Amino acid sequence: MADHLHNNCQDLLGSLSEYIDGELPADLCHEIEKHLEGCENCRVVLNTTKRTIDLVQVPMEEEAVPEDVRERLFKRLQLDSYLHPKG
Amino acid sequence: MSETQTQSFSIDALRAGDRAEFARLVDAYSAPIYRLGLKMLGNPQDAEDVLQNTFLNALTHFADFEGRSSISTWLYRIASNEALMLLRRKKNTVNLDDFQPEDAEETPLPEVFVDWSTMPEDELLSGESKKALDTAVKKLPEALRMVFLLRDIEGISIRDTAEILNLTETNVKTRLLRARMFLREHLSTYYSERLTREEKKDG
Repeated sequence: MADHLHNNCQDLLGSLSEYIDGELPADLCHEIEKHLEGCENCRVVLNTTKRTIDLVQVPMEEEAVPEDVRERLFKRLQLDSYLHPKG
Repeated sequence: MSETQTQSFSIDALRAGDRAEFARLVDAYSAPIYRLGLKMLGNPQDAEDVLQNTFLNALTHFADFEGRSSISTWLYRIASNEALMLLRRKKNTVNLDDFQPEDAEETPLPEVFVDWSTMPEDELLSGESKKALDTAVKKLPEALRMVFLLRDIEGISIRDTAEILNLTETNVKTRLLRARMFLREHLSTYYSERLTREEKKDG
């Protein structure tokens, strides 16, 4: 399916990350937006890439430091007396 | 971005061996460092090793910290080195990822063009979806995964990520783009199969 991509699409792809992060100069953004208006596949790639980044930024519950891990860490660092209260 | 990065710590106190200040630093950075370990190594035991080794290492090297970078960048550098070292030590088999040219010229082109971005939030965040995302992150080649975790999960700037990993900013940008494209492709495949499955069910 990738054979539909012409040079403009490849250029856009190369700047996609920076475009999403708002790190491109205005004239380049304008060029990209002009291309996006007429290219559905690139719009899909942009939307789904943005969404991908949103999704990974939703924190997952199991990623907090478990209490027993924190306890062992503090003991290893000889910080026992600072275990409680947290913070 | 976590609130960790907005806290400040006294380097002088840390150098002088102030235990309370060190405990405060440990609590502030434990979560992101543990998370980095988990995502790089893929299991809680190794993540705990990364966490402990990072702070043990920091403790013995406060004297060497020159303050040219922030304490956050310095800690992340120790943590990412610990994670990569452990990863290398644990690899008994040859991994195909090692043969992928990390910064070759071309980023693979997208192949799946299904727009799943408008799917309802609760479907995108279901348990099954999260698992698919986690699997995709685990499949990222290490060199890309580390950049992606620092930049997109921890919200660290391109410049600081480059400093942490001793890469150029251009390298970081290339790897970040590639990591995002890789994940997008995996998620697109997953969601398009799911949409097809649901259409069949409804029809």
